[in-house]
Amino acid sequence: MTTTTSAARRTRAWLAQHVVMLAAITALLYLFLPVAYTFAFSFNDHGRSNIVWQSFTWEHWQDPCGVAGVCESLVTSLQVGAISTLVATVLGTMMALAMVRYRYRGKAASNVLIFVPMATPEIVMGAALLTIFVQGFSNIGVNLGFGTIVFAHIMFCLSFVVVTVKARIQSLDPRIEEAAQDLYASPMQTFWKVTFPLILPGIAGAAMLAFSLSFDDFIITNFVSGNESTFPKFVYVASRRGIPAEANVIGFSMFVLAVLLVVGAQLVGSARASRIKK
Amino acid sequence: MSALAHVAGDPAVDPAAPAPETRKRSWTAYLLLLPGVLWLGVFFLLPLVQLAAVSLQSRYPGFPGYYYSDVNFSNYAAALTDYAPHFARSFVYAGLATLFAFLISYPLAYAMAFKAGRWRNLMLICVIAPFFTSFILRTFAWSQILADEGWVVGVLSFLHLLPGGSIINTPVAVVAGLTYNFLPFMVLPIYASLERADPRVIEAGGDLYANGITTFRTVTLPMSMPGVLAGTLLTFIPAAGDFVNMELLGPQRGKMVGNVINDQFLAVPGGYPVAAALSFTLMTAILVMVFLYVRRFGTEELV
Repeated sequence: MTTTTSAARRTRAWLAQHVVMLAAITALLYLFLPVAYTFAFSFNDHGRSNIVWQSFTWEHWQDPCGVAGVCESLVTSLQVGAISTLVATVLGTMMALAMVRYRYRGKAASNVLIFVPMATPEIVMGAALLTIFVQGFSNIGVNLGFGTIVFAHIMFCLSFVVVTVKARIQSLDPRIEEAAQDLYASPMQTFWKVTFPLILPGIAGAAMLAFSLSFDDFIITNFVSGNESTFPKFVYVASRRGIPAEANVIGFSMFVLAVLLVVGAQLVGSARASRIKK
Repeated sequence: MSALAHVAGDPAVDPAAPAPETRKRSWTAYLLLLPGVLWLGVFFLLPLVQLAAVSLQSRYPGFPGYYYSDVNFSNYAAALTDYAPHFARSFVYAGLATLFAFLISYPLAYAMAFKAGRWRNLMLICVIAPFFTSFILRTFAWSQILADEGWVVGVLSFLHLLPGGSIINTPVAVVAGLTYNFLPFMVLPIYASLERADPRVIEAGGDLYANGITTFRTVTLPMSMPGVLAGTLLTFIPAAGDFVNMELLGPQRGKMVGNVINDQFLAVPGGYPVAAALSFTLMTAILVMVFLYVRRFGTEELV
Protein backbone atom coordinates (compact mmCIF):
# COMPACT_ATOMS: atom_id res chain seq x y z
CA MET A 1 0.00 0.00 0.00
CA THR A 2 1.38 3.38 -1.01
CA THR A 3 1.43 6.41 1.21
CA THR A 4 -0.83 8.45 -1.08
CA THR A 5 -3.74 6.03 -0.78
CA SER A 6 -3.41 5.87 2.99
CA ALA A 7 -3.32 9.65 3.10
CA ALA A 8 -6.42 9.76 0.93
CA ARG A 9 -8.08 7.24 3.19
CA ARG A 10 -7.15 9.28 6.24
CA THR A 11 -8.59 12.40 4.63
CA ARG A 12 -11.75 10.54 3.81
CA ALA A 13 -12.02 9.16 7.35
CA TRP A 14 -11.48 12.66 8.76
CA LEU A 15 -14.16 14.04 6.45
CA ALA A 16 -16.60 11.27 7.40
CA GLN A 17 -15.89 12.01 11.06
CA HIS A 18 -16.36 15.75 10.72
CA VAL A 19 -18.75 16.18 7.81
CA VAL A 20 -21.67 16.99 10.12
CA MET A 21 -19.63 19.56 12.03
CA LEU A 22 -18.46 21.15 8.78
CA ALA A 23 -22.04 21.36 7.53
CA ALA A 24 -23.07 22.91 10.85
CA ILE A 25 -20.31 25.53 10.74
CA THR A 26 -21.23 26.37 7.13
CA ALA A 27 -24.85 26.81 8.25
CA LEU A 28 -23.74 29.14 11.06
CA LEU A 29 -21.67 31.23 8.64
CA TYR A 30 -24.71 31.42 6.39
CA LEU A 31 -26.78 32.64 9.35
CA PHE A 32 -24.27 35.40 10.09
CA LEU A 33 -23.65 36.56 6.52
CA PRO A 34 -26.46 39.18 6.39
CA VAL A 35 -25.47 40.43 9.87
CA ALA A 36 -21.95 40.98 8.58
CA TYR A 37 -23.39 42.95 5.65
CA THR A 38 -25.51 45.05 8.00
CA PHE A 39 -22.39 45.79 10.07
CA ALA A 40 -20.21 46.58 7.05
CA PHE A 41 -22.73 48.92 5.47
CA SER A 42 -23.08 50.88 8.72
CA PHE A 43 -19.64 52.33 7.76
CA ASN A 44 -20.62 53.13 4.19
CA ASP A 45 -20.24 56.77 3.22
CA HIS A 46 -23.27 56.52 0.99
CA GLY A 47 -24.92 59.28 -0.96
CA ARG A 48 -28.67 59.16 -1.41
CA SER A 49 -29.04 55.40 -1.06
CA ASN A 50 -27.04 52.87 0.94
CA ILE A 51 -27.08 49.97 -1.52
CA VAL A 52 -23.64 49.89 -3.14
CA TRP A 53 -20.37 50.26 -1.21
CA GLN A 54 -18.81 53.75 -1.62
CA SER A 55 -16.18 54.52 1.01
CA PHE A 56 -15.49 54.16 4.72
CA THR A 57 -16.72 56.61 7.36
CA TRP A 58 -17.28 56.74 11.13
CA GLU A 59 -19.93 59.41 10.64
CA HIS A 60 -23.01 57.22 11.17
CA TRP A 61 -21.65 55.71 14.39
CA GLN A 62 -20.92 59.18 15.76
CA ASP A 63 -24.48 60.36 15.20
CA PRO A 64 -26.91 57.41 14.92
CA CYS A 65 -29.88 59.77 15.31
CA GLY A 66 -28.69 61.88 12.40
CA VAL A 67 -31.54 60.81 10.13
CA ALA A 68 -35.02 62.17 10.84
CA GLY A 69 -37.33 59.65 12.51
CA VAL A 70 -34.92 56.79 13.12
CA CYS A 71 -34.43 57.33 16.87
CA GLU A 72 -38.07 58.28 17.43
CA SER A 73 -39.11 54.96 15.88
CA LEU A 74 -36.51 53.14 18.00
CA VAL A 75 -37.89 54.71 21.20
CA THR A 76 -41.44 53.71 20.17
CA SER A 77 -40.29 50.13 19.56
CA LEU A 78 -38.53 49.97 22.94
CA GLN A 79 -41.63 51.32 24.72
CA VAL A 80 -43.99 48.95 22.90
CA GLY A 81 -41.62 46.05 23.60
CA ALA A 82 -41.32 46.86 27.32
CA ILE A 83 -45.07 47.22 27.93
CA SER A 84 -46.04 44.20 25.79
CA THR A 85 -43.38 42.01 27.40
CA LEU A 86 -44.46 42.96 30.92
CA VAL A 87 -48.18 42.34 30.35
CA ALA A 88 -47.75 39.22 28.18
CA THR A 89 -45.29 37.67 30.66
CA VAL A 90 -47.57 38.23 33.67
CA LEU A 91 -50.74 37.00 31.92
CA GLY A 92 -48.92 34.11 30.22
CA THR A 93 -47.27 32.90 33.43
CA MET A 94 -50.64 32.91 35.19
CA MET A 95 -52.16 30.87 32.36
CA ALA A 96 -49.24 28.43 32.31
CA LEU A 97 -49.57 27.85 36.08
CA ALA A 98 -53.28 27.14 35.75
CA MET A 99 -52.76 24.83 32.77
CA VAL A 100 -50.10 22.66 34.42
CA ARG A 101 -50.93 22.70 38.10
CA TYR A 102 -54.75 22.72 38.18
CA ARG A 103 -57.61 20.66 36.96
CA TYR A 104 -60.44 22.58 35.36
CA ARG A 105 -63.14 22.16 32.77
CA GLY A 106 -62.21 23.21 29.25
CA LYS A 107 -58.53 22.30 29.40
CA ALA A 108 -58.49 21.03 25.80
CA ALA A 109 -60.20 24.24 24.67
CA SER A 110 -57.59 26.39 26.44
CA ASN A 111 -54.79 24.39 24.78
CA VAL A 112 -56.34 25.06 21.37
CA LEU A 113 -56.80 28.76 22.21
CA ILE A 114 -53.06 28.99 22.96
CA PHE A 115 -52.02 26.98 19.90
CA VAL A 116 -54.16 28.53 17.16
CA PRO A 117 -52.60 32.05 17.32
CA MET A 118 -49.18 30.43 16.77
CA ALA A 119 -50.53 28.52 13.75
CA THR A 120 -52.15 31.60 12.22
CA PRO A 121 -50.12 33.57 9.68
CA GLU A 122 -49.26 37.04 10.95
CA ILE A 123 -50.88 38.65 7.95
CA VAL A 124 -54.25 37.12 8.88
CA MET A 125 -53.96 38.35 12.47
CA GLY A 126 -52.94 41.79 11.26
CA ALA A 127 -55.83 41.94 8.79
CA ALA A 128 -58.33 40.75 11.41
CA LEU A 129 -57.09 43.33 13.95
CA LEU A 130 -57.28 46.09 11.34
CA THR A 131 -60.91 45.28 10.51
CA ILE A 132 -61.98 45.23 14.16
CA PHE A 133 -60.03 48.39 15.04
CA VAL A 134 -61.38 50.32 12.06
CA GLN A 135 -64.94 48.99 11.85
CA GLY A 136 -65.64 48.03 15.47
CA PHE A 137 -63.47 49.55 18.19
CA SER A 138 -63.19 52.96 16.51
CA ASN A 139 -66.79 53.51 17.63
CA ILE A 140 -65.61 53.35 21.26
CA GLY A 141 -62.74 55.75 20.73
CA VAL A 142 -59.91 53.38 19.77
CA ASN A 143 -57.78 54.85 17.01
CA LEU A 144 -54.84 53.21 15.28
CA GLY A 145 -51.57 54.14 16.97
CA PHE A 146 -49.37 53.32 19.95
CA GLY A 147 -52.20 51.70 21.93
CA THR A 148 -53.37 49.38 19.18
CA ILE A 149 -49.78 48.26 18.53
CA VAL A 150 -49.40 47.33 22.21
CA PHE A 151 -52.77 45.48 22.28
CA ALA A 152 -51.75 43.43 19.24
CA HIS A 153 -48.23 42.69 20.50
CA ILE A 154 -49.47 41.44 23.88
CA MET A 155 -51.87 39.13 22.00
CA PHE A 156 -49.27 37.45 19.78
CA CYS A 157 -46.59 37.27 22.52
CA LEU A 158 -48.98 35.61 24.97
CA SER A 159 -49.02 32.13 23.38
CA PHE A 160 -45.22 31.99 23.19
CA VAL A 161 -44.91 32.97 26.87
CA VAL A 162 -47.45 30.31 27.90
CA VAL A 163 -45.65 27.56 25.95
CA THR A 164 -42.20 28.54 27.30
CA VAL A 165 -43.25 28.85 30.96
CA LYS A 166 -45.41 25.71 30.74
CA ALA A 167 -42.39 23.66 29.69
CA ARG A 168 -40.48 24.93 32.72
CA ILE A 169 -43.31 24.17 35.16
CA GLN A 170 -43.77 20.70 33.67
CA SER A 171 -40.11 19.91 34.32
CA LEU A 172 -40.60 20.83 37.98
CA ASP A 173 -41.18 18.07 40.53
CA PRO A 174 -44.60 18.80 42.12
CA ARG A 175 -43.41 17.06 45.30
CA ILE A 176 -41.23 20.08 46.10
CA GLU A 177 -44.34 22.22 46.36
CA GLU A 178 -46.16 19.49 48.28
CA ALA A 179 -43.28 19.40 50.76
CA ALA A 180 -43.63 23.15 51.33
CA GLN A 181 -47.35 22.73 51.97
CA ASP A 182 -46.68 19.83 54.34
CA LEU A 183 -44.44 22.23 56.26
CA TYR A 184 -47.48 24.49 56.72
CA ALA A 185 -46.65 27.05 54.04
CA SER A 186 -49.74 28.84 52.77
CA PRO A 187 -50.46 28.59 49.02
CA MET A 188 -49.17 32.16 48.61
CA GLN A 189 -45.96 31.41 50.55
CA THR A 190 -45.50 28.20 48.58
CA PHE A 191 -45.79 30.11 45.33
CA TRP A 192 -43.53 33.05 46.16
CA LYS A 193 -40.90 31.14 48.19
CA VAL A 194 -40.75 27.86 46.24
CA THR A 195 -42.48 27.77 42.86
CA PHE A 196 -41.65 31.26 41.63
CA PRO A 197 -37.86 31.11 42.19
CA LEU A 198 -37.75 27.70 40.50
CA ILE A 199 -39.65 28.79 37.38
CA LEU A 200 -37.97 32.21 37.21
CA PRO A 201 -35.42 31.13 34.53
CA GLY A 202 -38.35 29.99 32.38
CA ILE A 203 -40.15 33.29 32.95
CA ALA A 204 -37.00 35.25 32.10
CA GLY A 205 -36.56 33.24 28.90
CA ALA A 206 -40.19 33.82 27.98
CA ALA A 207 -39.83 37.56 28.61
CA MET A 208 -36.76 37.73 26.37
CA LEU A 209 -38.60 35.83 23.66
CA ALA A 210 -41.62 38.14 23.98
CA PHE A 211 -39.44 41.24 23.76
CA SER A 212 -37.59 40.04 20.70
CA LEU A 213 -40.87 39.03 18.99
CA SER A 214 -42.39 42.42 19.75
CA PHE A 215 -39.30 44.45 18.89
CA ASP A 216 -38.86 42.75 15.51
CA ASP A 217 -42.50 42.52 14.46
CA PHE A 218 -43.35 44.21 11.22
CA ILE A 219 -46.30 42.49 9.52
CA ILE A 220 -48.91 42.88 12.28
CA THR A 221 -47.53 46.28 13.32
CA ASN A 222 -47.85 47.54 9.75
CA PHE A 223 -51.59 46.82 9.86
CA VAL A 224 -52.40 48.33 13.25
CA SER A 225 -49.95 51.23 13.63
CA GLY A 226 -51.71 54.03 11.70
CA ASN A 227 -49.26 56.93 11.57
CA GLU A 228 -47.10 55.63 14.42
CA SER A 229 -43.70 54.31 13.29
CA THR A 230 -41.75 51.50 14.91
CA PHE A 231 -38.14 50.66 14.09
CA PRO A 232 -38.95 47.76 11.68
CA LYS A 233 -41.60 49.91 10.00
CA PHE A 234 -39.11 52.77 9.63
CA VAL A 235 -36.58 50.41 8.03
CA TYR A 236 -39.20 48.91 5.70
CA VAL A 237 -40.44 52.28 4.51
CA ALA A 238 -36.85 53.48 4.05
CA SER A 239 -35.86 50.31 2.15
CA ARG A 240 -37.52 51.59 -1.04
CA ARG A 241 -34.86 54.29 -1.27
CA GLY A 242 -32.08 52.36 0.47
CA ILE A 243 -31.88 52.13 4.24
CA PRO A 244 -29.82 54.92 5.86
CA ALA A 245 -26.64 53.61 7.51
CA GLU A 246 -27.85 55.03 10.84
CA ALA A 247 -30.47 52.23 10.87
CA ASN A 248 -27.64 49.70 10.34
CA VAL A 249 -25.82 51.23 13.33
CA ILE A 250 -28.91 50.84 15.54
CA GLY A 251 -29.76 47.37 14.23
CA PHE A 252 -26.23 46.11 14.80
CA SER A 253 -26.02 47.72 18.26
CA MET A 254 -29.24 45.95 19.30
CA PHE A 255 -27.67 42.70 18.09
CA VAL A 256 -24.53 43.27 20.21
CA LEU A 257 -26.60 44.23 23.26
CA ALA A 258 -28.80 41.14 22.94
CA VAL A 259 -25.81 38.82 22.52
CA LEU A 260 -24.09 40.34 25.58
CA LEU A 261 -27.31 39.87 27.55
CA VAL A 262 -27.65 36.21 26.52
CA VAL A 263 -23.97 35.44 27.19
CA GLY A 264 -24.21 37.24 30.55
CA ALA A 265 -27.28 35.23 31.51
CA GLN A 266 -25.46 32.03 30.52
CA LEU A 267 -22.44 32.92 32.65
CA VAL A 268 -24.60 33.82 35.67
CA GLY A 269 -26.52 30.58 35.20
CA SER A 270 -23.42 28.39 35.02
CA ALA A 271 -21.77 30.24 37.93
CA ARG A 272 -24.87 29.58 40.02
CA ALA A 273 -24.94 25.93 38.93
CA SER A 274 -21.30 25.39 39.92
CA ARG A 275 -21.92 27.09 43.29
CA ILE A 276 -24.80 24.70 43.97
CA LYS A 277 -22.56 21.74 43.06
CA LYS A 278 -19.96 22.84 45.61
CA MET B 1 -59.54 19.86 16.33
CA SER B 2 -58.18 17.01 18.42
CA ALA B 3 -54.98 17.07 16.40
CA LEU B 4 -54.50 20.75 17.25
CA ALA B 5 -54.98 20.10 20.94
CA HIS B 6 -52.47 17.34 20.42
CA VAL B 7 -49.86 19.75 19.09
CA ALA B 8 -50.53 22.15 21.93
CA GLY B 9 -49.62 19.39 24.37
CA ASP B 10 -52.74 17.73 25.66
CA PRO B 11 -51.74 16.86 29.22
CA ALA B 12 -53.73 13.62 28.99
CA VAL B 13 -51.00 12.15 26.79
CA ASP B 14 -48.10 13.95 28.43
CA PRO B 15 -46.13 11.54 30.58
CA ALA B 16 -44.29 14.40 32.28
CA ALA B 17 -47.48 15.97 33.62
CA PRO B 18 -47.78 15.65 37.39
CA ALA B 19 -50.55 13.60 38.91
CA PRO B 20 -53.76 15.59 39.26
CA GLU B 21 -54.05 17.24 42.63
CA THR B 22 -57.47 17.16 44.14
CA ARG B 23 -56.47 19.59 46.89
CA LYS B 24 -56.40 22.53 44.50
CA ARG B 25 -59.75 24.21 44.05
CA SER B 26 -60.47 24.87 40.44
CA TRP B 27 -61.78 28.45 40.81
CA THR B 28 -58.18 29.54 41.33
CA ALA B 29 -57.43 28.07 37.90
CA TYR B 30 -60.24 30.08 36.32
CA LEU B 31 -59.00 33.28 37.98
CA LEU B 32 -55.49 32.62 36.68
CA LEU B 33 -56.77 31.90 33.18
CA LEU B 34 -59.32 34.71 32.97
CA PRO B 35 -57.17 37.73 31.97
CA GLY B 36 -55.23 35.86 29.30
CA VAL B 37 -58.31 34.18 27.86
CA LEU B 38 -60.14 37.52 27.80
CA TRP B 39 -57.21 39.12 25.98
CA LEU B 40 -57.13 36.37 23.36
CA GLY B 41 -60.90 36.56 23.08
CA VAL B 42 -60.97 40.31 22.45
CA PHE B 43 -57.81 40.63 20.34
CA PHE B 44 -57.70 37.26 18.56
CA LEU B 45 -61.12 35.57 18.32
CA LEU B 46 -63.30 38.68 18.02
CA PRO B 47 -61.13 40.16 15.21
CA LEU B 48 -61.38 36.84 13.34
CA VAL B 49 -65.18 37.00 13.63
CA GLN B 50 -65.07 40.56 12.33
CA LEU B 51 -62.77 39.46 9.49
CA ALA B 52 -65.29 36.75 8.56
CA ALA B 53 -68.07 39.36 8.58
CA VAL B 54 -66.03 41.74 6.41
CA SER B 55 -65.30 38.94 3.94
CA LEU B 56 -69.05 38.76 3.28
CA GLN B 57 -69.64 42.52 3.00
CA SER B 58 -70.58 44.32 -0.21
CA ARG B 59 -69.33 47.67 -1.49
CA TYR B 60 -71.54 50.71 -1.92
CA PRO B 61 -71.41 51.26 -5.67
CA GLY B 62 -69.60 54.52 -6.37
CA PHE B 63 -68.27 54.95 -2.82
CA PRO B 64 -64.91 53.20 -2.60
CA GLY B 65 -64.02 52.39 0.99
CA TYR B 66 -67.64 52.07 2.16
CA TYR B 67 -69.27 48.71 2.77
CA TYR B 68 -72.52 47.35 4.08
CA SER B 69 -73.18 44.11 5.94
CA ASP B 70 -74.23 41.37 3.63
CA VAL B 71 -73.83 37.67 2.96
CA ASN B 72 -71.94 38.07 -0.28
CA PHE B 73 -69.94 35.00 -1.21
CA SER B 74 -68.75 36.58 -4.46
CA ASN B 75 -65.72 37.89 -2.54
CA TYR B 76 -64.64 34.28 -2.05
CA ALA B 77 -65.26 33.52 -5.70
CA ALA B 78 -63.03 36.47 -6.63
CA ALA B 79 -60.42 35.38 -4.09
CA LEU B 80 -60.26 31.85 -5.45
CA THR B 81 -60.39 32.61 -9.18
CA ASP B 82 -58.52 35.91 -9.60
CA TYR B 83 -55.84 35.05 -7.07
CA ALA B 84 -55.41 31.27 -7.50
CA PRO B 85 -51.89 31.74 -8.97
CA HIS B 86 -50.93 33.85 -5.94
CA PHE B 87 -52.04 31.09 -3.57
CA ALA B 88 -50.14 28.53 -5.63
CA ARG B 89 -46.95 30.63 -5.53
CA SER B 90 -47.26 31.18 -1.77
CA PHE B 91 -47.57 27.47 -1.06
CA VAL B 92 -44.88 26.38 -3.55
CA TYR B 93 -42.33 28.97 -2.38
CA ALA B 94 -43.10 28.27 1.28
CA GLY B 95 -42.87 24.53 0.66
CA LEU B 96 -39.49 24.85 -1.06
CA ALA B 97 -38.21 27.15 1.69
CA THR B 98 -39.34 24.63 4.32
CA LEU B 99 -37.53 21.83 2.50
CA PHE B 100 -34.27 23.81 2.16
CA ALA B 101 -34.50 25.00 5.75
CA PHE B 102 -34.85 21.37 6.84
CA LEU B 103 -31.80 20.30 4.80
CA ILE B 104 -29.68 23.10 6.30
CA SER B 105 -31.05 22.77 9.83
CA TYR B 106 -30.81 19.04 10.41
CA PRO B 107 -26.99 18.73 10.28
CA LEU B 108 -26.72 21.87 12.42
CA ALA B 109 -29.15 20.55 15.04
CA TYR B 110 -27.49 17.12 14.90
CA ALA B 111 -24.03 18.61 15.42
CA MET B 112 -25.26 20.70 18.32
CA ALA B 113 -26.92 17.73 20.02
CA PHE B 114 -24.24 15.05 19.53
CA LYS B 115 -20.94 16.55 18.35
CA ALA B 116 -20.57 19.99 19.89
CA GLY B 117 -19.59 18.98 23.42
CA ARG B 118 -18.69 22.08 25.42
CA TRP B 119 -19.33 24.30 22.38
CA ARG B 120 -23.01 23.44 22.50
CA ASN B 121 -24.20 26.58 24.31
CA LEU B 122 -22.04 28.80 22.11
CA MET B 123 -23.56 27.22 18.99
CA LEU B 124 -27.03 27.67 20.41
CA ILE B 125 -26.32 31.37 20.96
CA CYS B 126 -24.96 31.60 17.42
CA VAL B 127 -28.21 30.18 16.04
CA ILE B 128 -30.34 32.71 17.90
CA ALA B 129 -28.05 35.75 17.75
CA PRO B 130 -28.51 36.80 14.09
CA PHE B 131 -32.20 37.14 14.82
CA PHE B 132 -31.58 40.02 17.16
CA THR B 133 -30.84 42.14 14.10
CA SER B 134 -34.08 43.42 12.62
CA PHE B 135 -35.38 40.89 10.06
CA ILE B 136 -36.04 43.63 7.53
CA LEU B 137 -32.40 44.76 7.79
CA ARG B 138 -31.27 41.17 7.19
CA THR B 139 -33.64 40.70 4.27
CA PHE B 140 -32.38 43.93 2.77
CA ALA B 141 -28.83 42.66 3.25
CA TRP B 142 -29.79 39.63 1.12
CA SER B 143 -30.84 42.01 -1.65
CA GLN B 144 -27.28 43.39 -1.51
CA ILE B 145 -25.66 39.93 -1.31
CA LEU B 146 -27.65 38.61 -4.29
CA ALA B 147 -27.38 41.81 -6.34
CA ASP B 148 -26.13 41.59 -9.93
CA GLU B 149 -22.84 43.31 -8.99
CA GLY B 150 -22.37 41.09 -5.90
CA TRP B 151 -19.85 38.29 -5.46
CA VAL B 152 -22.49 35.50 -5.37
CA VAL B 153 -23.69 36.30 -8.88
CA GLY B 154 -20.06 36.86 -9.94
CA VAL B 155 -18.91 33.42 -8.77
CA LEU B 156 -21.95 31.61 -10.19
CA SER B 157 -21.64 33.37 -13.56
CA PHE B 158 -17.91 32.53 -13.66
CA LEU B 159 -18.81 28.85 -13.16
CA HIS B 160 -21.53 29.11 -15.82
CA LEU B 161 -24.10 28.04 -13.26
CA LEU B 162 -26.36 31.04 -13.75
CA PRO B 163 -27.95 30.99 -17.20
CA GLY B 164 -30.31 33.88 -16.39
CA GLY B 165 -27.42 36.07 -15.22
CA SER B 166 -29.41 37.37 -12.26
CA ILE B 167 -30.79 36.20 -8.90
CA ILE B 168 -32.30 39.32 -7.41
CA ASN B 169 -35.89 40.06 -8.48
CA THR B 170 -36.51 36.39 -9.31
CA PRO B 171 -38.44 33.69 -7.39
CA VAL B 172 -35.07 32.12 -6.52
CA ALA B 173 -34.21 35.15 -4.39
CA VAL B 174 -37.62 34.97 -2.69
CA VAL B 175 -37.17 31.30 -1.78
CA ALA B 176 -33.62 32.06 -0.58
CA GLY B 177 -34.93 34.85 1.64
CA LEU B 178 -37.77 32.73 3.05
CA THR B 179 -35.37 29.85 3.72
CA TYR B 180 -33.05 32.15 5.64
CA ASN B 181 -35.67 34.08 7.59
CA PHE B 182 -37.32 31.18 9.39
CA LEU B 183 -34.27 28.94 9.89
CA PRO B 184 -34.07 29.11 13.72
CA PHE B 185 -37.70 27.99 13.91
CA MET B 186 -36.52 24.80 12.19
CA VAL B 187 -33.20 24.35 14.04
CA LEU B 188 -34.44 24.83 17.60
CA PRO B 189 -37.29 22.25 17.68
CA ILE B 190 -35.12 19.62 15.91
CA TYR B 191 -32.30 20.32 18.35
CA ALA B 192 -34.68 20.07 21.30
CA SER B 193 -35.96 16.65 20.21
CA LEU B 194 -32.47 15.32 19.40
CA GLU B 195 -31.10 16.57 22.70
CA ARG B 196 -33.78 14.65 24.55
CA ALA B 197 -32.86 11.47 22.63
CA ASP B 198 -30.58 9.04 24.44
CA PRO B 199 -27.30 8.71 22.46
CA ARG B 200 -26.97 5.14 23.77
CA VAL B 201 -30.03 4.15 21.71
CA ILE B 202 -28.23 5.38 18.59
CA GLU B 203 -25.05 3.53 19.61
CA ALA B 204 -27.15 0.41 20.03
CA GLY B 205 -28.09 0.70 16.35
CA GLY B 206 -24.38 0.49 15.50
CA ASP B 207 -23.84 -2.38 17.92
CA LEU B 208 -26.54 -4.31 16.11
CA TYR B 209 -24.50 -4.01 12.89
CA ALA B 210 -26.62 -1.29 11.28
CA ASN B 211 -24.49 1.04 9.14
CA GLY B 212 -24.57 4.80 9.66
CA ILE B 213 -27.31 5.44 7.14
CA THR B 214 -29.56 2.65 8.40
CA THR B 215 -29.11 3.78 12.00
CA PHE B 216 -30.00 7.31 11.01
CA ARG B 217 -33.05 6.27 9.02
CA THR B 218 -34.47 3.78 11.52
CA VAL B 219 -33.38 5.25 14.87
CA THR B 220 -32.24 8.89 14.83
CA LEU B 221 -34.71 10.38 12.37
CA PRO B 222 -37.82 8.77 13.94
CA MET B 223 -36.69 9.98 17.37
CA SER B 224 -36.44 13.54 16.09
CA MET B 225 -39.79 13.46 14.24
CA PRO B 226 -41.65 15.59 16.83
CA GLY B 227 -39.03 18.31 16.33
CA VAL B 228 -39.10 17.98 12.54
CA LEU B 229 -42.88 18.22 12.61
CA ALA B 230 -42.88 21.33 14.83
CA GLY B 231 -40.04 22.87 12.81
CA THR B 232 -41.71 22.39 9.43
CA LEU B 233 -44.94 23.92 10.74
CA LEU B 234 -43.14 26.88 12.34
CA THR B 235 -41.32 27.50 9.04
CA PHE B 236 -44.10 26.82 6.55
CA ILE B 237 -46.86 28.85 8.23
CA PRO B 238 -45.05 32.21 8.45
CA ALA B 239 -43.42 31.65 5.03
CA ALA B 240 -46.79 31.05 3.34
CA GLY B 241 -48.18 34.31 4.75
CA ASP B 242 -45.07 36.41 4.19
CA PHE B 243 -44.93 39.36 1.83
CA VAL B 244 -41.74 41.14 2.92
CA ASN B 245 -39.32 38.78 1.13
CA MET B 246 -41.31 39.11 -2.10
CA GLU B 247 -41.42 42.87 -1.71
CA LEU B 248 -37.68 43.30 -1.05
CA LEU B 249 -36.21 40.44 -3.14
CA GLY B 250 -38.83 39.35 -5.64
CA PRO B 251 -39.99 40.32 -9.10
CA GLN B 252 -42.46 43.14 -9.81
CA ARG B 253 -45.02 40.72 -11.23
CA GLY B 254 -46.03 37.31 -9.91
CA LYS B 255 -46.49 38.18 -6.25
CA MET B 256 -47.61 35.97 -3.36
CA VAL B 257 -50.99 36.03 -1.64
CA GLY B 258 -49.55 37.96 1.32
CA ASN B 259 -48.68 40.86 -0.98
CA VAL B 260 -52.23 40.93 -2.35
CA ILE B 261 -53.76 40.94 1.14
CA ASN B 262 -51.41 43.67 2.30
CA ASP B 263 -52.00 45.88 -0.76
CA GLN B 264 -55.77 45.35 -0.82
CA PHE B 265 -56.05 46.33 2.84
CA LEU B 266 -53.60 49.20 2.97
CA ALA B 267 -53.34 50.61 -0.55
CA VAL B 268 -56.49 49.80 -2.56
CA PRO B 269 -59.62 51.76 -1.61
CA GLY B 270 -62.54 49.38 -1.26
CA GLY B 271 -60.29 46.36 -1.06
CA TYR B 272 -61.39 45.17 2.39
CA PRO B 273 -63.99 42.49 1.51
CA VAL B 274 -61.89 40.63 -1.06
CA ALA B 275 -58.76 40.96 1.10
CA ALA B 276 -60.69 39.57 4.08
CA ALA B 277 -61.90 36.66 1.95
CA LEU B 278 -58.30 36.04 0.85
CA SER B 279 -57.09 36.10 4.48
CA PHE B 280 -59.78 33.70 5.57
CA THR B 281 -59.07 31.34 2.70
CA LEU B 282 -55.35 31.43 3.52
CA MET B 283 -55.97 30.69 7.18
CA THR B 284 -58.40 27.86 6.42
CA ALA B 285 -56.04 26.32 3.86
CA ILE B 286 -53.17 26.41 6.33
CA LEU B 287 -55.23 24.99 9.20
CA VAL B 288 -56.45 22.14 6.97
CA MET B 289 -52.89 21.41 5.85
CA VAL B 290 -51.65 21.47 9.45
CA PHE B 291 -54.46 19.15 10.48
CA LEU B 292 -53.75 16.61 7.71
CA TYR B 293 -50.01 16.87 8.24
CA VAL B 294 -50.19 16.36 11.99
CA ARG B 295 -52.57 13.44 11.48
CA ARG B 296 -50.21 11.82 8.98
CA PHE B 297 -46.93 12.36 10.84
CA GLY B 298 -48.01 13.18 14.39
CA THR B 299 -46.49 11.20 17.21
CA GLU B 300 -47.59 10.71 20.78
CA GLU B 301 -44.75 12.68 22.31
CA LEU B 302 -45.35 15.92 20.43
CA VAL B 303 -44.58 19.00 22.54
